[in-house]
Amino acid sequence: MKHHVIHPGTYFLVFFTLLILTGVTTVVGFYDLGRWNTVVALAIAVCKATLVVLFFMHLRYSSALPRLVMLGGLFWLALLIGLTLVDNLTRVWDSNPRGWETTSSSVQRP
Amino acid sequence: MSTLSVEEPEQAESRVHYLNVHYGVKSWLLTTDHKRIALLYLASITLFFLVGGSAAVLIRMNLLTPTGLLVEPATYNKLFSIHGIVMVFFFLIPSIPAVLGNFLVPLMIGARDLAFPKLNLLSWYVYIVGGLFTLYAVIAGGVDTGWTFYAPYSSTYSNTHVMAAALGVFITGFSSILTGLNFIVTIHKMRAPGMTWFRLPLFIWAMYATSVIFILGTPVIGITILLIALERAAHLGIFNPALGGDPLLFQHLFWFYSHPAVYIMILPAMGVESELITCFSKKRIFGYSFVAMSSLAIALLGFLVWAHHMFVAGVSMYAGMVFSILSYLVAVPSSVKVFNWTATLYKGSISYEAPMLYGMGFIGLFSMGGVTGMFLASLGMDVHVHDTYFVIAHFHYIMVGGAVMAYLGGIHFWWPKISGRMYPEGWARFSALIIFLGFNLTFFPQYILGYLGMPRRYPVYPPEFQVLNVMSTAGASILGVGYLIPLIYLIWSMRYGPVASSNPWGAKGLEWQAPSPPPTDNFEETPVVTAQAYDYPSREVEVA
Repeated sequence: MKHHVIHPGTYFLVFFTLLILTGVTTVVGFYDLGRWNTVVALAIAVCKATLVVLFFMHLRYSSALPRLVMLGGLFWLALLIGLTLVDNLTRVWDSNPRGWETTSSSVQRP
Repeated sequence: MSTLSVEEPEQAESRVHYLNVHYGVKSWLLTTDHKRIALLYLASITLFFLVGGSAAVLIRMNLLTPTGLLVEPATYNKLFSIHGIVMVFFFLIPSIPAVLGNFLVPLMIGARDLAFPKLNLLSWYVYIVGGLFTLYAVIAGGVDTGWTFYAPYSSTYSNTHVMAAALGVFITGFSSILTGLNFIVTIHKMRAPGMTWFRLPLFIWAMYATSVIFILGTPVIGITILLIALERAAHLGIFNPALGGDPLLFQHLFWFYSHPAVYIMILPAMGVESELITCFSKKRIFGYSFVAMSSLAIALLGFLVWAHHMFVAGVSMYAGMVFSILSYLVAVPSSVKVFNWTATLYKGSISYEAPMLYGMGFIGLFSMGGVTGMFLASLGMDVHVHDTYFVIAHFHYIMVGGAVMAYLGGIHFWWPKISGRMYPEGWARFSALIIFLGFNLTFFPQYILGYLGMPRRYPVYPPEFQVLNVMSTAGASILGVGYLIPLIYLIWSMRYGPVASSNPWGAKGLEWQAPSPPPTDNFEETPVVTAQAYDYPSREVEVA
């Protein structure tokens, strides 16, 4: 079974890139970007995860099967989030549901 | 009835096999032999079955009278919680995969062991540690959240031992993940020469599909339980609306694992069923590839149906419709299996040894559980019977009528291979029969009770429901006796049962080519597979 040998320099490069991205996350934390706060934090996290998966977990040099496993995992995560959103995005978010006043007044009436 | 071929006792006892190769507690606790680890699991899950079963006995005793015979309502809450937690997470989920799967996967594919033997032993220890946490929760005073741990009750309000019980479930999850990983790698990489994917026994396909669920679903329940712990300990607002959380998010995350967990229980049972039906009708399975692929289809579709547990919890009407339709879809591969098993019986040389009795019971009970599941998948009907005994009856027909029947059928079928001894056939048939009768008497009245409106998890009920409740408790007593009989005679048979030959059933499959019990390395020479699975001679050929 062949193993691709990765130069230690690649590992150090990825490691320092991860440190830099962690720094970027920290710095960005000091600025209020409004609705982009979560988006930016998640985008940096995804970049870091991708680097770890490709280099530290050797997916870049591996055969089709581990890649398929990885894609399967991502697909299942998409199922979890996507189908939960089927409910979340279509749910009625009424902070003061209609009908509550009538119910309480009808209780008080006698 | 087929005749049993029996090995000379002296011959079997002089041979070195996995049971007599080493003696002493240490040789068991440090073993990396998949067969010994299977037996460690067998002993452990039997212990947990007795704990969960004791809680069930007390629940049914309490429901003998409309006002509750035995315990306070708060204690009743703890009884059904511990029954559910122990039976689901510590008995049913590991039952067939960790016992029969561990024992049989390498034997069936012609391997010497699983791919990661040490990881296999670790999975047992992880399971035991998780189990100890849960047992601590029971002994320290119990937990009252139900096995579903619904938030914000579990994360905020319950003052019972939620953390210990939840941590137990969290830790045990890693055991499932390790087992799933081990099976997937083993099935991919360690098949004997000639054992192509479509020559695999259907039990292996079922274990493969189950392992996929183990790996993809279990992390989600782990994360969900951690979030409960965070909300409980650090008051982070995740599920509690008072803290800005969403309680339905908990239910989405919980059921994303816990609905597929039902398929973790039933898929291995279906795998066992395929082995039983083919062996005791001496026929190749009808539609091998359809049965194999339907296992994978169930594993996938099982992940798309979870919100049918939440139809009346406040999910949107649109989501309700989507999940209702998807829930109907999962019935298709399940039906493919049931029809194909039935078609396999057609013109088969059927014999009714005890494993086959369990197998036949499985088809009927699983079908009833499945069809009532269709009732619950429909939006309108579910509103009427949601959280009633109808649901309790439905999932017990699947989990007990399906999974436990197949587990017992499998244990009997492979007992000669596991122990090297035959069990007493008469007692086994008798207990299979009374388990079937006791089970139906326990749970069929619950369908009616639920349809009439008796809610689940209540310690009291209106007097008009008493007759059906007494019937159910009477059935549970019969069922309890039915479970104790095999426990006694299987232990007896390990010492006193007639010595079994390597293939007492005349079954196909590599595990029957190994001696009973097999040596530590399973096969003296790596087998070479040249034929399809279930390669039984056709009757026409036999006649000719």
